[in-house]
Amino acid sequence: MSLDKKLMVSASPHDHSKDTVTRIMLDVVIALVPSLIAATILFGANTILLSAISVGTCVLTEYVCRIVMKRHQTIGDLSAVVTGLLIAFNIPVSMPIWMLILGDVFAIVVVKQMFGGIGMNFLNPALAARIMLIASFPTEMGKWNKPFFWKAEVATTASPLAGIKEIFRSGEINSSSFSDLPSLKDMLLGIRAGSLGEVCAVALIAGLIYLLARKVIKITIPLSFVGSFAVIMLIAGKFNLTFLAYQLLSGGLLLGAIFMATDYTTSPINFKGQVVFGIGCGVITALIRLFGNLPEGVSFAIILMNILVPHIENLTTPKPFGTVKEKKKKAGSEG
Amino acid sequence: MAEKKSLGKELTKGFLDENPVLRLVLGTCPTLAVSTSVESAVGMGLAASIVLICSNVVISALRKVIPSKVRIPAYIVVIASFVTIVQMLVKAFAPSLDEQLGVYLPLIVVNCIILGRAEAFAGKNSVVASAVDGLGMGIGFTIALFLMGFIREFFGTGTITISLINGGQPLWNSLFGENPILIFILAPGGFFVFGMLIMLANKIAEKKGKPKAQLHSCKACPMFATCTAQEKEDCDR
Repeated sequence: MSLDKKLMVSASPHDHSKDTVTRIMLDVVIALVPSLIAATILFGANTILLSAISVGTCVLTEYVCRIVMKRHQTIGDLSAVVTGLLIAFNIPVSMPIWMLILGDVFAIVVVKQMFGGIGMNFLNPALAARIMLIASFPTEMGKWNKPFFWKAEVATTASPLAGIKEIFRSGEINSSSFSDLPSLKDMLLGIRAGSLGEVCAVALIAGLIYLLARKVIKITIPLSFVGSFAVIMLIAGKFNLTFLAYQLLSGGLLLGAIFMATDYTTSPINFKGQVVFGIGCGVITALIRLFGNLPEGVSFAIILMNILVPHIENLTTPKPFGTVKEKKKKAGSEG
Repeated sequence: MAEKKSLGKELTKGFLDENPVLRLVLGTCPTLAVSTSVESAVGMGLAASIVLICSNVVISALRKVIPSKVRIPAYIVVIASFVTIVQMLVKAFAPSLDEQLGVYLPLIVVNCIILGRAEAFAGKNSVVASAVDGLGMGIGFTIALFLMGFIREFFGTGTITISLINGGQPLWNSLFGENPILIFILAPGGFFVFGMLIMLANKIAEKKGKPKAQLHSCKACPMFATCTAQEKEDCDR
C-alpha cells in the first residue's frame, strides 16, 4: 500500500484535541514536582542543584544537537526537561556532578538525537543513562546517603533493597526479620536511603493521581507492572504481607512504573500491548530482585521491554471490525 | 586488472579508503575483544599483519596451482601454518602479550580480514602486489585497533600516560580522580567507540569524494568495484 493511502485523512471539519507535546510534558514536570520537593526536604538543597544542572545540561545538549544536525529546534517541547529531571531522580545525592553531566549528554546525544529526536528513540533516554552510569561507576551509583544525612553521625547506609534480598536469601520471612529495615511508615514517607526521586512513595503516588486526572497516562501499564510484580513477590514471600509491602515501597519500582514505563515513545499503543508490556516489566523486575546479583532490576526490566515493544505491537495489532483472518484472505484471493 | 594500479596505491588504500575494520567492517571480533588497552590492541594488530603479509605472499604464489573449488580450505591451511608460527614466537618472546590476547591469537586463523584479502586480492594478483596489499591492510588494521585501544583505555581504565604532557602521570586520573568510565572497557563501550570511528571514517571518505554511505545500497562499499554483475544486481534489489 502506498504511503498516500495509508495517511489518507477524511474531509474537514476535524475535531481538534488540545493536547500538544509541550502540554503533556509540562504535566509530567508538574507531576514530578512533589517528588522534587520531598527529595529536597530529605536530602537537602543539593537536590535542587543536581536537578537544575541535569535539566540545564539536557536542554543545552538538545539545542546544540539540533543545530549541529541541521534540524528544526525542539527544545520548546520540554521533553529534554523531563529527561533531565528523571536522570537527576535516578542518581544518589552524593553523585559527582561531572558524572551526572556525562549521563545527560549520553541520554540526549546517543539515545535520543542519534535516533532522530523525540518520538524516535527506542529506549527511554533517562533509563539508558542510568544503566550507563551503573555500568560505568558502580561504586558511586551504589553509595546511599541517609535522609537528613547532615545531622547523622554516619552519612551513608545500605539501601533497604539489599536488606530485603538478604531476608529472602536466608529464607526466614517472619515479622522479626524486618527489624533492621526502616519502618513501613518511613518507607512510605521516603525516610530511607535511595536515589533522589524514588524514595517518597506518597509524592510519587500524588504525581500518578495528577497524571491520571489530566489523562496524560492510563493506569494500564503502572497497574499491570506493579500488579504482576506484587503477585510474584506474594508467592516468593510465602504470602507474608510485610515482605510484599517492603518490596513495593523500596527501590525505584514506583518511579519506574509511573514515570518511566509509561513513556509514550517506548511503550505499546493499545490496551493489550500495554498489559503485556507491564507484566513483562513486573516479572523481569521481580526475577532480578529475587535471584539476580544486582539489588535493583526496574531499569533493566523497562529497558528490556522497551526493546521488545515493536514485536509486542506486531502481535497485538487490533483486528478491524468485520475483517477476516489474513490467512483465509490470502487463500481466497489465490483460489 | 588490478595490476595496472600503482603499488603505492595498493599500499595506501588499506589505511583509510579500504580500511579493513572501519570501511570494510571485517575482523570486528578481535577488534572489539582485544581493544581494551593500547598494548594488546597493537600487539594483535602486528601479529595479524605478519600473518596477513606472509599468507598473502604464499597464496598469491600458489594461485595458479590451487584449484578454485577447494581454494578456501587451501587458504585456511596456509593461514593456519603462519598463525602457528606467530603464536609460538609470541609465546617465546612476549609471554605477557600472549596472556593478554589469550584465545584471540590462535583465532587469527579465522580472521575475516586475512581470508578476505586472500579471496579478494591475493588469489587474483601478483606476489609483489599481494605483499604490498597485505602490508597496507595490516597497517590499516593496526591503526584502527590502536585508535580503539587508545580511546577505550583513556576513558575506561584511565591509565594512558603521555610523558610530554603532565610529567608522565596518568592523564584521566589527574583530571577526574580515580573514577574511569568503566563502560568504555565493557562490551557496550566497545560498540559505541567502534560505531563512532566507522562514522568518522565514512565522513572522511565522503569528503574525499567517495559515494555517500546509504542503508539500502552497496554503492558506498569499497569492494563494490570488484563485485560481479550478478552480485551488483542482487545487491540493488
